[in-house]
Amino acid sequence: MSPTLTDAAPSRGDAADGLSILESRKSAAETFGIPLAVLAELTHRCPLQCPYCSNPVELERGGSELTTDEWKKVLTELAEIGVLQIHFSGGEPTARKDIVELVQHASDVGLYTNLITSAVLLTRDKLKALADAGLCHVQISFQGNEPVVADRVAGLKNAHEKKLEVARWTRELDLPLTVNAVMHRQNLHQLADIIQMAVDLDADRLEVANVQYYGWALKNRAALMPTLQQIEETSRIVEEAEVRLKGILAIDYVVPDYYALRPKKCMGGWGRQFFNISPAGKILPCHAAETITGLDFLSVRSNHSIAWIWQNSEAFNRYRGTGWMPEPCQSCEFKEIDFGGCRCQAFALTGDAGNTDPACALSPMHEQIFKTAETEASHGGDRFIYRNFAGGTVETGGEYGS
Amino acid sequence: MAARTRNISVTGTSRPLLPRHAKLRFDDTRQRWVILAPERVLAPDDIAVEVLQLCDGDRDVDQMVDLLAAKYVADRAAIASDVIAMLQDLADKGFLVEAREASA
Ligand code: SF4
Ligand code: SF4
Repeated sequence: MSPTLTDAAPSRGDAADGLSILESRKSAAETFGIPLAVLAELTHRCPLQCPYCSNPVELERGGSELTTDEWKKVLTELAEIGVLQIHFSGGEPTARKDIVELVQHASDVGLYTNLITSAVLLTRDKLKALADAGLCHVQISFQGNEPVVADRVAGLKNAHEKKLEVARWTRELDLPLTVNAVMHRQNLHQLADIIQMAVDLDADRLEVANVQYYGWALKNRAALMPTLQQIEETSRIVEEAEVRLKGILAIDYVVPDYYALRPKKCMGGWGRQFFNISPAGKILPCHAAETITGLDFLSVRSNHSIAWIWQNSEAFNRYRGTGWMPEPCQSCEFKEIDFGGCRCQAFALTGDAGNTDPACALSPMHEQIFKTAETEASHGGDRFIYRNFAGGTVETGGEYGS
Repeated sequence: MAARTRNISVTGTSRPLLPRHAKLRFDDTRQRWVILAPERVLAPDDIAVEVLQLCDGDRDVDQMVDLLAAKYVADRAAIASDVIAMLQDLADKGFLVEAREASA
């Protein structure tokens, strides 16, 4: 899956957008209405081994995954409480044998379905079956624009070719396509070509996401951290392409916050407009939340309803709104704008999820972290630690780990 | 290729249709119409909903305007320019496509 849902928030800030209107009566920060969109991580199993994977380093084994019936019950409950969109993700969602059945069920209960996939397990028949089951949209992740870089990053031979093939089938079947490209130091030089690849594939949207540094990506930070020059070049390329490709390809681009002055509005604010369901059924404020230790996330297998967990559980309420904030956030004029940044990043970099996200220039730790980033970008080695169930495998010459 | 149909220019003879990735539906919980699209949910106003419900890929814009002018007993030319402007705006945002001949 992409680590980007963080930024590709279920709704954006412009006035015509659903959330602002749907919640216009009260400040959204006060209401915590049921989210419009939910991410269902069906499994952590995945044939790829991306070194920036946003799944927790402790991956959930197949045996603890929710069963088909449990997922169906979850989907029904989500539709009943007012969720409108479901993003099927993972790991690799199509590693579940029941993926078509789940998409069909989601369609039956009226949910808008999106498949966030690495594509390598899909056949044309499977994709056709998904389309027939009502799938509304397909998002395919790419690791580069050609196999040498892309297959190495994915840690899987022939992955890139396969992705191109599936992307073509997607459009042949008249399914809308988003190309998701996760960018870092070792593939940023391909950005212009990736944009062209998305155009050639007839994609509707391109998501240019920068790696977020927690979980596996934090382990690989030295190998992934871009240089400041790369980031400047990236912004220039994206801005130029946005103008040139207006009406042809929509581009969503998020500046990496290590080099920004203020942090991103992570998940639109903790417990504010989004939740995620883990393979074992835990309800999480974001896909990386389990990287924060010391928070007790309740599961759909508990005797609480999903709505109850969302509204009342301690883990959601801990960092909700602005009351929990320390200084400098508490007295900051931006506190309702970025909600203090990312809790997972604060935890990963400062050891306390309740600190100001150090990506913020006002954080006492910002200087140090910015320096680390610069040093790693210029001196870090390029070798990856691949994501897998063995806790990670170091790349060796010409081999892709396990 | 189908690709460039994304850039449509709305006229009286256009037969617009919501693209497959955009779904217009009534949200029971929040008691209002919404357009569901990848990564976003839009809340169209009442007039947009009414017009969008007429966009079935069969009717052309002129026919839609006739229906609305009859229903609201209003000046046809004024309605036509409002409807076209609104549809063009939706098309520019990627929420409207031109119906294709003989394609499902
Ligand atoms: S290894 Fe790659 S494709 Fe698989 S879940 Fe992680 S990021 Fe997604
Ligand atoms: S101090 Fe806190 S609220 Fe202010 S900009 Fe930084 S992270 Fe955001």
